Amino acid sequence: MTAQIGYLALALALPVALYGALASIVGGRTEHWALVVSGRRAALAFVGLVTLAVVVMEYALLTHDFSVGYVARVGSLDTPPFITLISLWAALEGSILFWLWVLALYTGVCVWLYRGRHREELPYVTATLLLIGVFFLVVLLGPGNPFTLVDPAPLDGPGPNPLLQNHPLMALHPPTQYLGYVGFSVPYAFAIAALVTGKVDAWWVRAVRRWTLAAWVFLTLSIMAGGWWAYEVLGWGGYWAWDPVENAALMPWLVGTAFLHSVMVQERREMLRGWNVALIITTFALTIFGTFLTRSGVLGSVHAFSESPIGPLFLGFLAVVLIVSTALVLWRTAPLKSPGRLNALLSREAAFLVANLLFMVLTFTLFLGTVFPLVAEAATGAKVSVGAPYFNRMTVPVLAGIVFLMGVGPALPWRASGRGGLGSRFGKSVLAGVVATVLALILGGRGFWPLLTFGLTGFAAWTMLSEVGKGVLVRVRKGESPFVALARFIAGNRRRYGGYIVHSGVLLAAVAIAASWNHRSVEEASLRPGESLEVGRYSVRLDGVRGEQEQNRFAVIADVTVARDGKVLDRRAPRLNFYPSQKQPIPTPSVRTTAREDLFLSMTAFEDDGSSVTLKVIVMPLVVWLWVSGGVMTAGILVAVWPTGTRRVKSADRRIITPPTTEPAPDREEALV
Amino acid sequence: MSRRTRTIVGAAVAGGALLYLVAAGIGGNLVYFLTPTELIAKGQMAYGVSFRLSGEVVPGSVRWNAEAVDLRFRIRDEQNTIEVVSTGVPPQMFQDGMEVIVEGSLDSTGVFQSTNLMVKHSNEYGPGEGEEHPEKAYEGLLTKGDTT
Repeated sequence: MTAQIGYLALALALPVALYGALASIVGGRTEHWALVVSGRRAALAFVGLVTLAVVVMEYALLTHDFSVGYVARVGSLDTPPFITLISLWAALEGSILFWLWVLALYTGVCVWLYRGRHREELPYVTATLLLIGVFFLVVLLGPGNPFTLVDPAPLDGPGPNPLLQNHPLMALHPPTQYLGYVGFSVPYAFAIAALVTGKVDAWWVRAVRRWTLAAWVFLTLSIMAGGWWAYEVLGWGGYWAWDPVENAALMPWLVGTAFLHSVMVQERREMLRGWNVALIITTFALTIFGTFLTRSGVLGSVHAFSESPIGPLFLGFLAVVLIVSTALVLWRTAPLKSPGRLNALLSREAAFLVANLLFMVLTFTLFLGTVFPLVAEAATGAKVSVGAPYFNRMTVPVLAGIVFLMGVGPALPWRASGRGGLGSRFGKSVLAGVVATVLALILGGRGFWPLLTFGLTGFAAWTMLSEVGKGVLVRVRKGESPFVALARFIAGNRRRYGGYIVHSGVLLAAVAIAASWNHRSVEEASLRPGESLEVGRYSVRLDGVRGEQEQNRFAVIADVTVARDGKVLDRRAPRLNFYPSQKQPIPTPSVRTTAREDLFLSMTAFEDDGSSVTLKVIVMPLVVWLWVSGGVMTAGILVAVWPTGTRRVKSADRRIITPPTTEPAPDREEALV
Repeated sequence: MSRRTRTIVGAAVAGGALLYLVAAGIGGNLVYFLTPTELIAKGQMAYGVSFRLSGEVVPGSVRWNAEAVDLRFRIRDEQNTIEVVSTGVPPQMFQDGMEVIVEGSLDSTGVFQSTNLMVKHSNEYGPGEGEEHPEKAYEGLLTKGDTT
């Protein structure tokens, strides 16, 4: 019964979405506004029906209704309720349903928020989003149906993939990934509306700014959480391996980042109209491509749940997206010609342009490295993979160039370089870069690329810090406390300084990656109870090994004492978890994190009688700052997108309540830029 | 040259250079997946080149010297068998008859020198024949550790 209700909700959502798209397009074309309103209502009905299907699925999961096909595949009576709740995205069909739900929610919020604005363009936004929804509904009603009937219903199921049950980050990574991936549908829909109506000036990039930032920050968090998960669960001691699946998430992130920067050039200078449209089309296409890569079973990975027939459907949809989008761009070639011109090579917009090119070069090299094995296998049948050295060699120099530009762009004005030579503009930043390099050398940094990264980080950080420092100093001289001065300074142009906060997060990440990747020490040894292993400053002693039966798994645990300079620091317990549904145990390393370095303890093997345990011990400097950088970037985005109106009212209130402010009104003009 | 042609020529040169770098980079970093039969078919060409070799661990062939951290075994496909020497400790699940991937190269004596031993993860998981009983297999650990 449950299965039928869920399926029925999806089956009804399909005609509703189709009607909504059609009514919006016809209503928009003929300026029949009642029809447009009807299309909008259909969109909201679509949101309701998809939500109903999701609720039904969650109900079936939580009540262990194994007559529902999806529940029979991922549910189990032993699985803890929280894991059962998030099992919605633990396998193929559920994850597609979840994707559709996220799209529906975005559609609902977008349609509702903009109901009074962009009257002529919005119908096409609605229609585009609904048509994307139609595709996912077709997948769900056909080969990706989660609501199949199982008769007779099994008494119990296998539970979700052990790898996904094993860590709480699985509650964070998939939802943020979907919110990020699907979030780019909204700016894409606005771009399509701009093309269809022929209004390709900056209105649409202004309208989508917050949506793009939201999608971007979700995708950032997801990539971070995915890396963190790999670090905490897979036991090999790293967070990034240039796996095709990782690249699939990174590519739209890179193009999306390029888009975020180049839209500013369009807003300020009316340049890059066509380029921005092309970027957002590419970003959206890459999200669909990424879904194809991870969900079609062409890759063997934890993301490829199983061989499935949905691959061709996704490729077909990708083709439709690319053909329709390209056709629209070609149709609108004339209005897409930008009136603005680049008039100085040393200007903010030139820096943005170069950064854009670097982002595209990165994406291009990643794309070729990612699809080459697929093409080679399809063409010659040979199974190959592109090794990590290719990605490292190709991307590290470009990434270094991007860090360099973060120290150049902010110091350059729009339009022309104006007064001041390179020396006066960048002299101190260069000095800061040299100091950072020397400092890194003293602290133990080695190697060309790591040292260059530290130096460029110092360079870029100085450019930003000196601007912020000067502004804050002016306010402090007026008698503000430094903290208030900083807060007010940032509030004066939240878009700009929110961006700076995001950039400092990126710099933090660059330092953390360069340090942890290049300055690690790894030791692996078989230890008997009582024996120790020396790694870096640490001494790791095996105290014993024991087994433990837990609710949904059996664990073999190594008890380990960590000491430094003869002093006991900590007791840790790396383990191997055995799930009943899988032969191979899931490693669960124990990570001792400090601000300076991580001590990563992983049990890789043990003797059946407990006489010895093989431990892999890795000391990695500064890893924790990579996770912190994710938080910094998120904070920066929040500063940049927080609605201006409410904020102003609040600060006005505060001015009345807190007496010591003598300043009449902080300059707010720039905030409106 | 007009401004436009200069732009086009510049873009073409830059694009060509990038394409060359990418092609050379991919070409130099390809890792082939081979079965023992495919590796033997390569003959002389296989020596000293890095490969990933996949196959089944021949039951009874595993020799593990924990003191010297030296692991020797043979892997096979339907037709052929290859001797493998691996440095590093084998993972917990390493056992006779399982599918593994070894990364490394063939030395001049025809022994595959592996630098990385991976257990082939099956994407399919589920109850049934794969069902193991670790709590039974490692009973000794359970009683020893559990004081309750």
